[in-house]
This record gives sequence, structure tokens and C-alpha cells, in this order.
Amino acid sequence: MSYDAWIILTGCLVGITCGMTGALLILRKMAMLADAISHTVLLGIVLAFFVTQSLNGLPMLIGAAIVGVLTAVMVQALDSSGVQSDAAIGVVFTSLFALGVVLISFVGDSVHLDVNHALMGEIAFIPWDTLMINGVSYGPTAVWMLGGVFLLNLLLILVFYKEIKISTFDSAMAISIGVPVVFIHYMLMTMVSFSTVASFDSVGAILVVAMLIVPGATAYLLTDGFGMMIILSAAIGALSSLLGYGMSIVFDVSISGSMAVSTGILFAAAFMLSPKHGMVAKWIRRKKMQQEQEQKASA
Amino acid sequence: MENMLELLTNANTQWVLLGALILGFASGLIGSFVLLKKQSLIGDAMAHATLPGVCMAYLIFGVKSIPLFLLGAACTGLLATYFIQAIVKHSRIKTDASIGVVLSVFFGLGIVLLTYISKNTTGDKSGLDDFIFGQAAAMVKGDIQVIAVGSLLIILISSLFFKELKISIFDPLFAKGIGLPVGLFNGILMGLVVGIVVVGIQMVGVVLIAALLITPPLAARYWTDQLGHMSFLSGIIGAISGVVGTLISTTGEGLPTGPLIVLCASAIFLISLLLGTRKGLITKVVKQA
Repeated sequence: MSYDAWIILTGCLVGITCGMTGALLILRKMAMLADAISHTVLLGIVLAFFVTQSLNGLPMLIGAAIVGVLTAVMVQALDSSGVQSDAAIGVVFTSLFALGVVLISFVGDSVHLDVNHALMGEIAFIPWDTLMINGVSYGPTAVWMLGGVFLLNLLLILVFYKEIKISTFDSAMAISIGVPVVFIHYMLMTMVSFSTVASFDSVGAILVVAMLIVPGATAYLLTDGFGMMIILSAAIGALSSLLGYGMSIVFDVSISGSMAVSTGILFAAAFMLSPKHGMVAKWIRRKKMQQEQEQKASA
Repeated sequence: MENMLELLTNANTQWVLLGALILGFASGLIGSFVLLKKQSLIGDAMAHATLPGVCMAYLIFGVKSIPLFLLGAACTGLLATYFIQAIVKHSRIKTDASIGVVLSVFFGLGIVLLTYISKNTTGDKSGLDDFIFGQAAAMVKGDIQVIAVGSLLIILISSLFFKELKISIFDPLFAKGIGLPVGLFNGILMGLVVGIVVVGIQMVGVVLIAALLITPPLAARYWTDQLGHMSFLSGIIGAISGVVGTLISTTGEGLPTGPLIVLCASAIFLISLLLGTRKGLITKVVKQA
């Protein structure tokens, strides 16, 4: 595959993986918790590096998952001790993220781990970093990692589809019929951490937030169905990647930044033009109602 | 230790520390209102959204001028808060998702503009990167003056209108009843938040400045129930964090200032969470025993 094709494939995988998970977060009103986790996994990655002294994929995934779940646990604990939930999120993620950034500045220059990389990612270098087994190259490591996380997320969603759906829409009912609501919650948090760390290399810790939240929010404006929303959100994520890659080529700017901006463009389009929930549709409905009322009044 | 003394007698360091002190106090003070109004994360979104504003100011005027940067930052910061409210008002999207959408898209735009600037313009553009995490070591006396004057102004305004702000947050209906223009005071508070974010981004950076609004009042909450005491204490905590964080950051090379200030505030929060006289975890256990 050519250089550009690998980058496009990576971008699409990021969009699909994060989009899918993100749709669930929007429905469960946990968008900002996802924002928090995608900041704090940086700490997990740095700690994994200090322990193993390498940027290997698996320890990074484990480190990220631990810190990701820890974030959710700490927010939950503060929340139940009486701190407002948004302030709880704010204090936890800024602390852990700040710790990650400070620790990163102790990592030597020879290692490919610095703050800029953590923020923006370096998708342009993805195709060079290939998976080598016995001297044979099997394509970029990032694609394998993202592909793996994508399949895992897909599998978990399919297996626990009913449980996730019930606990999302009616958690009281879910508890009463014996759905393990707490397990589902932390499973989703782990999925978010995995998606974040797999996307980290390509789009950066902070711009992952765009892929996690915006496609889901866009899909929420377009459909009322649960399954449909997950599919749409993944598709919107992939489309944003394509659009963003095109934009970055035309203007010669950051690829990950452009992808984040294009999620915003698609969101704005849905916000205005969605057939059911869009501004234009609402405006037309209002006009029609007014006309009908006027006709009634004159008749 | 000698290094430390040398640093403390350095005139530039003294200026930077003074700036950090006043900035920390002002943000802690404003933060206690933000906490009561349950708008902690809106402050975060606003802070992220200032990045494209700084870049646009550079692109439009072509010069590195702190006042122009801050003007740009204020414009996009306010625009972001407007968008957050408009999305919630005109669609089925909830507040937290709306904050997330605006925050990430504005920040993405900021990154895009940052790379555009570094590739397509000539001239001195160093220092724009510093707005992400803040770099106190790179600041000069003029920058500090902007921070100090801005922060003092914010402290002054919030002290003058302390009672009015308090009533319009706690009990808007009562405030309206006694003839207070609640809308106006909401606007003033919004302006103060934008102000503190904008003057603070140079020192703390856009990614973490919100922590200075969130953490100190949360820590202060564990020591007192009274808003007046809490605001003052929160200001003190902010000031201590500012000074200690900046001091550590200037001793080591390449240590980002913002994250260190935030870590100091977090440490104070942790101590308060455990030992606070009001609701501290250990205090509770001791009282029960």
C-alpha cells in the first residue's frame, strides 16, 4: 500500500473506533468523562514507559487502561463524597494530566515521547513504524493496534448490546432485572482508554477528544435509534478523517488538527440541516404552523 | 540552595513570582464563584478556545504583541461560550456534550492555525507554542505587568461587587425581587472568567489554566462553609500554588510552568480532602471515634 493509503486507513480506523465508543458516551451523558480520560491516559503511557523503558504497544495499553479506569473511579469517589460532578472531573483530570506532562519532561530527548507528540500526534510518521516479525514487514504498528482495539470494541458492543442499551436508557430497570450496571460502566471506561491510547500515536491525546465526542453528538442529531446511532457515529468519524486529510493536504497544516476541525464542520452541518432536529427543519415547521394558524384564523 | 538564593535575587524572577502570586489569587477568587455556579468545565472549554484567537491575532496583525494576542483570545473564548449555550438551547445535545464538541473543535482549529503559521509566515513567531503549556521563564517585565494589572483589576471588580455576585448566584429570584440586574451580574462574572483565562494563558497555558479556577475553591471548600472566607482562602491557595509552581519551574530547564502550578494546587487539594476541618476524610473519622 502507498504512503497516503496507510495514513488514510489509520485516520479512518481512529474515526470508526472512537466514533463507535463515543456514541455510547453521548447517550450516557459522559462526554466530559471521556474528555478527562483521554487527557489522563498520557500519565499511563509515561508510567508504562518508565517501567518498561520502551514505547511498546502492550504495556502502554495496560498503563492507559489502569489510569483510565482510575480516573473514572476517582471522579466517582469525589462525586459521591459531595463534590459537584463537573468540578470532580476537572480536578482529577487536570491533576493527572499535569503529572503526565511534568514526567514527560524528564524523558530523554533520544526517546520519541514529548509533549507536542502527545498533544498532536504524528500521523505522518505512522507508515514508517512497521511491525517486523522475523524480518518481514507486516504494515504499520499503529494500524495493527487500532485494528485490534476496533475489533475488541466491536465484539464487546455486540456481545453486551442488550445490557449496554438497557443500562443506558433506564439504569433503575437494568439493576432490577440483574444487569451488571457497574461492570458495564467500567467496561466502557476501559474501551475509552483503549481507543485513546491506540489513537494517541496518530492524532494525539487531546484531539482524540474530538473523535470521541463530536461524531457521537452529530449522530445524536441525525437519528433516534440506538444501533443506528452507533453505526452513523462510526461512519461520521471515518468521513471526518477523510475530509480532514484532504484539508490538511490543501492547506499544508496539521493532519490531526484538520480532522478535529472537520468533525466540527460535519457537526455544524447536522446542527443546521438535520431533517428532524436541525435548525432549518425546525424553522420550516414553525413557519408552516404559523401559516396554518393564519389560514384557520381567516377561514 | 545557593542556586535558589541566586534565583530569588534575580530581578526577572522576582517579577515573574509576583505575577504568579497575583494571578493565582485572582483565579482562586473568581474560581469560587465559578464553582458555585457549576460552570467549572465551561471555563475549561473557554480556555482551550483561546488558542485559535491568539493565532488569528498573529495572522491578522503579523506582529507578536501580547495585548493583541489577549484581544484575540478574549474574542474566541467568548465565542466558544456563546456556541456552547446556543447548541444546548437549539438542539437536543446536553451541556456536557456541547462543551466537549466546542472545546475539541476550537482546540483543533488552534492546532491547525499554529501549524499554518509555522509553515507559511516569516518573521519571529517563537513563543506561540508556549501558550499551550505556559512558560514563565520566557516572560519579561512587560508581560508580567499585563498579568499583574489585569489580575488586580479582576480582584478589584469582584471585591466591589462581591455581595451582588453572591446573591445573584445563590438566589437569582430573590436578587431579581430586590431589584438587582441579575443578567448584568451574570455578564460581569462571565467577563471576569474570560479576563482571568486570557491574562493567565501566557503563564499557565490554555490546556491547564482551567485547573486554577477549579482546584483552589474545591480545596477551600473543605475548610469553611462561608462564601466570603472560602473565596479568600481559595485566593490564598491559588497564590501559593502560583508562587511554588513557578519557583520549581524556573529551577529546572524546560520544566513547563503550568503543569507544575496545577500540581501544587492538586497537592493542596489532596491535603484539604484528607485533613480539612469541615469535611476532610480523616477529620470525619477522628470526629466519629
